[in-house]
Amino acid sequence: MQRTANSPQTAGSGSLFPAPKKASRSSMIVAGVLSVFLLLLPVPQLLSEAGIVRLPIRFDQAFLNAAADTAAFTLLALGLNIVVGYAGLLDLGYAAFFAIGTYSYAILASSLFDLHVPFWIMLIVSGIITALFGVVFGAPTLRLRGDYLAIVTLGFGEIVPIFILNLDQLTGGTNGIAGVDKPAIGSIIIGANNDNISFYYLGLLLIALVVFIINRLRDSRMGRAWMAIREDELAAATMGINTTTAKLWAFGLGAALSGFAGTFYGSHLGFASPGQFSFSQSVLILCMVILGGMGNLWGVMLGAVVIYLLQTVVLIQFPTWISNLAKDTDLDFLVNFNQNVRLTDYTFFIYGIILVLFMLFRPEGLISSRRRKLELHPESEKISDQERQDLYDVRETNQSDTDVKGSQP
Amino acid sequence: MSEAHRAAATAPARSSSADGAYVLSAQGITMRFGGLVAVNNVDFDIPRGGIVSIIGPNGAGKTTFFNTITGLYKPTSGRMIFEGRDITGTSPSDITALGIARTFQNIRLFANMTALENVLVGQHSRLRSSVLSSVLRTAKMREEEVRAREKGIEILRTVGLSYAAEELAKNLPYGAQRRLEIARALGSDPKLLLLDEPTAGMNPFETSDLIQFIRDLRTRLSLSILLIEHDMKVVMGLSERITVLDYGQKIAEGSPAEVRANPRVIEAYLGRAATITG
Repeated sequence: MQRTANSPQTAGSGSLFPAPKKASRSSMIVAGVLSVFLLLLPVPQLLSEAGIVRLPIRFDQAFLNAAADTAAFTLLALGLNIVVGYAGLLDLGYAAFFAIGTYSYAILASSLFDLHVPFWIMLIVSGIITALFGVVFGAPTLRLRGDYLAIVTLGFGEIVPIFILNLDQLTGGTNGIAGVDKPAIGSIIIGANNDNISFYYLGLLLIALVVFIINRLRDSRMGRAWMAIREDELAAATMGINTTTAKLWAFGLGAALSGFAGTFYGSHLGFASPGQFSFSQSVLILCMVILGGMGNLWGVMLGAVVIYLLQTVVLIQFPTWISNLAKDTDLDFLVNFNQNVRLTDYTFFIYGIILVLFMLFRPEGLISSRRRKLELHPESEKISDQERQDLYDVRETNQSDTDVKGSQP
Repeated sequence: MSEAHRAAATAPARSSSADGAYVLSAQGITMRFGGLVAVNNVDFDIPRGGIVSIIGPNGAGKTTFFNTITGLYKPTSGRMIFEGRDITGTSPSDITALGIARTFQNIRLFANMTALENVLVGQHSRLRSSVLSSVLRTAKMREEEVRAREKGIEILRTVGLSYAAEELAKNLPYGAQRRLEIARALGSDPKLLLLDEPTAGMNPFETSDLIQFIRDLRTRLSLSILLIEHDMKVVMGLSERITVLDYGQKIAEGSPAEVRANPRVIEAYLGRAATITG
């Protein structure tokens, strides 16, 4: 029967199962609403600049600045999702690739060596450089599994920033590299005069491109190979998958995306310093992937947005909000609380609590992949009923199958 | 028609190889783990198109021997000849590509992938799409995907699981998981199929179904099949030749009737098994 599947007679049975999965209608609508929202996000800003409306003070450039940085971290989360979410390789040093990507751009497109390679070329060049580093780091280590790989990547995550710190002739050492070029289209410079709006759109564009690529990879031969390795590496090898190659691809592509993100981030910030790429950044990105929903593109992106805004906006503003609230409402307990507790000391405590609560109540992440949902909330009862039925039908089914085949010309 | 197809494909190997009657020949395979000799100087042949079994008490080295065939272990000494080609020390993925597929004693499905995806992974070595062509979704890649999925559904249908194509493997009941393992192995168009205790944990009804199914497979796909099995009903009913291992040594070989009558086998295996089950 395997041969007949290839023969032209049965080719028409494709209608039985439309091959590449089509996105469902509801997810299309959500995606549509979301993209309109994201595209319109800077409009209040524009109206305010034009003097048409007055915005609250908080809603100024800083907001879109954070939005543009969020875009960079979304790219990072998408990249790490390939490594952790798809291939199941726990990488605790992902910030190392982010650092290499950012520095690649900062070195080749700044006044440090007076090299000014255009941003668009550097997007690809940084991607290639980080992918190469991914392969170089990966080749000796990917034979390790689980915890061991995590420790080794943790090591890389520590080594790379130290290297950057000490290679001061190349990287500027502790001073970092200032005056990193902004992207330019012809004579128009994106982000000139701290214009965050165009940067924000550039970020959206890059994310859309990356999502497009990953989405296609996931349902391909390589995507399936990654998932098979995540599930059972030995069985995957026995099924004909060259696990080393597949893992190197995951590592390399994940790293390449951090090169993308690094180039974007470096050009937005206009600055690269070794302190930006600590272990806590690796953990931050990993949290985005896990909290958002490992293996689910939408989940991972939402995770990136939520965590980045939580860390950079909510937790920092939180004490001010409380003290404002105490002033406005004049409630005794709030005033007392505000006088006796210095909330700024507790931001990381609150952050931790939020993470723990999340994992307790939504272990599959904000938006889980169907796969994870089925894994954590199995609907096995339904299928076992069906199976009990099937047990008694199997002889008949096999019989009728051969009948059907026999009747085919 | 499929037999003719396959025979044509394998014809050159058959004529060029001196021992063309055998799809696989193990020559003096020894597998040593430190001081433990798990498999000791075993010679073993699988006739083309045959169903042969390896039996033996627990710890006799059956699964170890399987693992040396599929490349998970590199034998300490000896040669493994498949289709006239020395495959000793070849990687598991390359061995699968050459045409050997297997199932596992303890089910090792890709638990969080659907049944169809499991079979698609089984087809991995037969698919050609590169990463780049997948990103670009070339016409060739799309066509290959459609064909692979059709074939996957077809294989699932033969094991009676087409209704569960979109179900996660882990949510399938035990018997269905066993059948899915066989389906996944069939995805790679094997010439030789290794089944490691395929009926373990099955009820008598499922077992007799599986016996019939394995027979059908052999004729329909002109497969050669190697079986490790504890259920004597399955072994005796299905195999044309039986090899008995005990403490890593081959102690007997022959037809079911010969093996059943062999005093060494009765002593080493059947006698002991009889006292346990009796």
